[in-house]
Amino acid sequence: MAEKILMIALSPTMEEGTIVEWHKKEGDNVETGDVICEVETDKATMDYESSQSGTLLRIIKQQGDKARVGEAIAIIGEEKEDITEILKEIENEKINPAPQEKKAKPAEKKQESETVEQKHTKPREEAPPASKPPTKEEKAPPTPGRIKASPLARKKAKEMGVDLRSIRGSGPDGRITVKDIENAKAITPQASLSNETKRIKGGIIPVSTMRATIAKRLSESKFTAPHFSVTISATADRLLNLRESINSKAEKKLSLNSFLIKLSAEALVRHPAILSSWEEENIRLFDTADIALAVALTEGLITPVVRSAESKTISEIDYELTDLIQRAKTSSLTPEEYTQAGFTISNLGSYGVEEFDAIINPPGSAILAVGAIKTEPIYDGETFRPAKIIRLTLSCDHRTIDGALAADFMRTLKAMIEEPAEALI
Amino acid sequence: MGVKKTNSAKVLNDSLYMSLLEKMLLIRIFEERAAQMYGLRKIGGFCHLYIGEEAVATGSIAAIDLKKDYVVTAYRDHGHALACGMDPKVLMAELFGKITGCSHGKGGSMHFFDTEKHFLGGNGIVGAQIPVATGVAFSQHYKETGGVTLVYFGDGAIHQGAFHESLNMAKIWNLPIVYICENNQWGMGTFWKKVSAVEDFYKMGAAYDIPGMQADGMDVLDVYEKTAKAVDIAKNGQPVLLEARTYRYKGHSMSDPAKYRTREELEAYKKQDPIGRLKTLMEEKNLIDDKAFDALHKKLKKIVDAAVEFAEKSEEPAIHTIYEDIYADKEAIWQL
Amino acid sequence: MAVISYREALNQAIDEEMARDENVFILGEEVGEYNGAYKVSRGLLAKYGEKRVIDTPIAELGFTGIGIGAAIAGLRPIVEWMTHNFAILAMDQVINNAAKMRHMSGGQIKVPIVFRGPNGPAEYLSSQHSQSLAAFWMHVPGLKVVAPATPYDAKGLLKSAIRDDDPVVMLEAELMYSWEGEVPEEEYLIPIGKADIKRQGKDVTLITYSKPLRTVLSVADKLAERGIDAEVIDLRSLRPLDTDTIFASVRKTHRAVVVDEAWPMGSPASFVAYAISRECFDELDAQVEIVTSEDVPMPYNHRLELAVQPSEEKISDAVAKVLYME
Repeated sequence: MAEKILMIALSPTMEEGTIVEWHKKEGDNVETGDVICEVETDKATMDYESSQSGTLLRIIKQQGDKARVGEAIAIIGEEKEDITEILKEIENEKINPAPQEKKAKPAEKKQESETVEQKHTKPREEAPPASKPPTKEEKAPPTPGRIKASPLARKKAKEMGVDLRSIRGSGPDGRITVKDIENAKAITPQASLSNETKRIKGGIIPVSTMRATIAKRLSESKFTAPHFSVTISATADRLLNLRESINSKAEKKLSLNSFLIKLSAEALVRHPAILSSWEEENIRLFDTADIALAVALTEGLITPVVRSAESKTISEIDYELTDLIQRAKTSSLTPEEYTQAGFTISNLGSYGVEEFDAIINPPGSAILAVGAIKTEPIYDGETFRPAKIIRLTLSCDHRTIDGALAADFMRTLKAMIEEPAEALI
Repeated sequence: MGVKKTNSAKVLNDSLYMSLLEKMLLIRIFEERAAQMYGLRKIGGFCHLYIGEEAVATGSIAAIDLKKDYVVTAYRDHGHALACGMDPKVLMAELFGKITGCSHGKGGSMHFFDTEKHFLGGNGIVGAQIPVATGVAFSQHYKETGGVTLVYFGDGAIHQGAFHESLNMAKIWNLPIVYICENNQWGMGTFWKKVSAVEDFYKMGAAYDIPGMQADGMDVLDVYEKTAKAVDIAKNGQPVLLEARTYRYKGHSMSDPAKYRTREELEAYKKQDPIGRLKTLMEEKNLIDDKAFDALHKKLKKIVDAAVEFAEKSEEPAIHTIYEDIYADKEAIWQL
Repeated sequence: MAVISYREALNQAIDEEMARDENVFILGEEVGEYNGAYKVSRGLLAKYGEKRVIDTPIAELGFTGIGIGAAIAGLRPIVEWMTHNFAILAMDQVINNAAKMRHMSGGQIKVPIVFRGPNGPAEYLSSQHSQSLAAFWMHVPGLKVVAPATPYDAKGLLKSAIRDDDPVVMLEAELMYSWEGEVPEEEYLIPIGKADIKRQGKDVTLITYSKPLRTVLSVADKLAERGIDAEVIDLRSLRPLDTDTIFASVRKTHRAVVVDEAWPMGSPASFVAYAISRECFDELDAQVEIVTSEDVPMPYNHRLELAVQPSEEKISDAVAKVLYME
């Protein structure tokens, strides 16, 4: 029974070898262990010892020919045996070479779809500059902006709605422990209303990091930007009806703030000069409507930003806003999520405030203060009828925005509130 | 051929000649195929071939009763596994790392085992199987089974402390064990005489008052007889050291081109090839002729071809099997 | 309940198991005529004879290997190492044969054997005879590792180890042999791989095994005087490791200190600490501390050798750290 003599790997890394010289010729008898030829591998010239025996019937790969491991280099069998079949087989192999053995694939990693939440919670940890490793005497500096709190303290703070930035930790290097959270909760002002004592307790409250930041940034804004404000009233019946009819069918109710963000974005698209920032030498114009919403916290306020609101749907904005507000309350926002807004909305409507001016949130040049919606009689030329009225005040930085521009913007916004379809045009 | 005649004087029956020939030839063909499969990258890692040494495992294992006797060897274990009657299919499958291999693809070339056939491996650390085998003999002695243990090791392993510690204890506790040094003359690339204070290894037992014997490891009948003698002595609680002087035709392992020795030396040993010598003797006794030999060769080649085919077609072990065969109870493995 | 010594408890375990199963035997240096280097095998030669209580030459590699061979061929050997320091000579046999034979043979072979002897720091013995090698054994899949700290646990675990179908390495301690404790008259077993809560508490979890248990319990008493309620877990088994008990305790106390006589790098304690950090991350109120021997060979001088090992003071300091009391 004739068989192929195959090229074998004569070095651990050989993929292909070249026949240097045949030691046997066609018709010779071959015993196992006989050197039939010499092969040049990637490393050296090696003897090919036959592991087959019989008569060498045909040499396929001549001196100087290359052969891959597994390729036929000769045919061995019994004398005078018919080898046409086996030659055909070898021809076929040349045309359709056997597929290279696949390397074992490493076990595939489970592709975890990144949820929105994960996307938002990925902190961008700045690696500290490489230097010598910290020794006992010289602790590694804390990562800037990172609050030191034990894992359990973080969990507890989330559960109890305590803002970690409002707390001074008692642990090493100011690390917040679960005890600190419990103590903080015990003295939050909200809880004091139900307290048996109604006396005013004076005292001294140490300024938290957050408080200090607010103080610094808003003083800077108020004292460097010449503020002026324009106020308008708008009839919000159509907007409210629209919201109601959408919410009656929706699983998740869309908040009024989401509508206001969307409409503001649309108005900003029509008046892009509002989206500006004073930079002493230049005025920077933003290229997307990144709109912040002021969110009140026990210890102060924070302004999470919806980026590119002009290109998002109201439900997308609402989804994002819900997440941002929730995480604002558990102080798990990263700085890039609450800074660099081009426009800000502050809504005190839920407190019953009818109108107010807000201080501009830099680097933006304008902030929209939204009051409560009140039912008031309006005269439509014939009769008085009840209408839902909302008052909006835009505070502007006069260095970048002039009165007419502000008024123009507010007129557009008013039109959209009174007829939301305007925003589509 | 100029083949040396065997120096066996013992009358052996015809069927034994034939079975010895068949076994040696099976090992030879199996190993040649293993070499080829290694060259085709079907087999990986260390792979130590037994070509040239077939007479040692074949002759010695033929002299024992595997119902009660045990065999323990080192990592050049294909020949012993076959001599103990293991199926070439499960051995080739193990070489291929398949689930159908004797060790489910966990052992590979160096770790063939078959507890039912009393073949206890297949051990990879030089000389470390010697105390283990001594322990097997200890158990035979303790349980009074009447069995003996044969333990094989190379000329390199004989200088390990494990060998010396074992011989001493086997002697003081009268253990039924035959220590067989397969002296193939090369410990990897080191010539045995270069690293040994003693040139006749069988004398090494003298320090422990253990009788030594020497066999021609290229003569299966001589190995058979000497082992039979040694086993008789060992059964009576007297360990024996048997040196079988032999030669490997291939490198130490598949990655060794064996450049440290001359082709002349190899050719000289091939002239005393154990298979050729037995065949010549059997021809003289009219037990075989070329035609019958060729028919036998063909039959065995078919068996080995079938083993390769079986190995090729067998499944890879499933990944979860990495957690199997470690403890009696899988729960003992660390997993969070 | 009888109060007996740790060595006596081990002796009872071996005696009972040898009486129960004729395949159980003990071999090692000085186990017979001399009644054991530490008297653990006292009286066994007289009772069971030379066949089953076997004095070996000083050849750890050889007799450990012989034990392994006997185990794969149907016996249940107890190999006594005079100390774990000498067992280093036998490491090849334990790691490459005992732990691997079941595996290499695809499950055909079992190796029911116990290796036992004193481990860890003793006194005035310098660096070759006073060291814990627990991590060396704990590192190896295929082995089981137990390290009981009381006579009660020692007896129950040794009996389980002898009956186990896998190789078990048992860590004792020279200084523990004379420690006494309650051991019931009736037969009992302690499962391998189950930790034991030696003291209930709620403020901090102290985890240890073997000889330091005593020190840790003493620290716990002193902490109680300061109003700190420590839970003390005795691992008893290092492999398998009872993480269920460890994690449940840490989820309750939110703080953990692991005490270990081994050196710090790659110690059993470091692994336990990693497991806690990984699994109880959100339950921790502080970093997990480990208290180990200092990263140095053991000195001979007594004051120095005490300074090297875990002490009450070091453990208290670690507790203070995780309780933010510093």
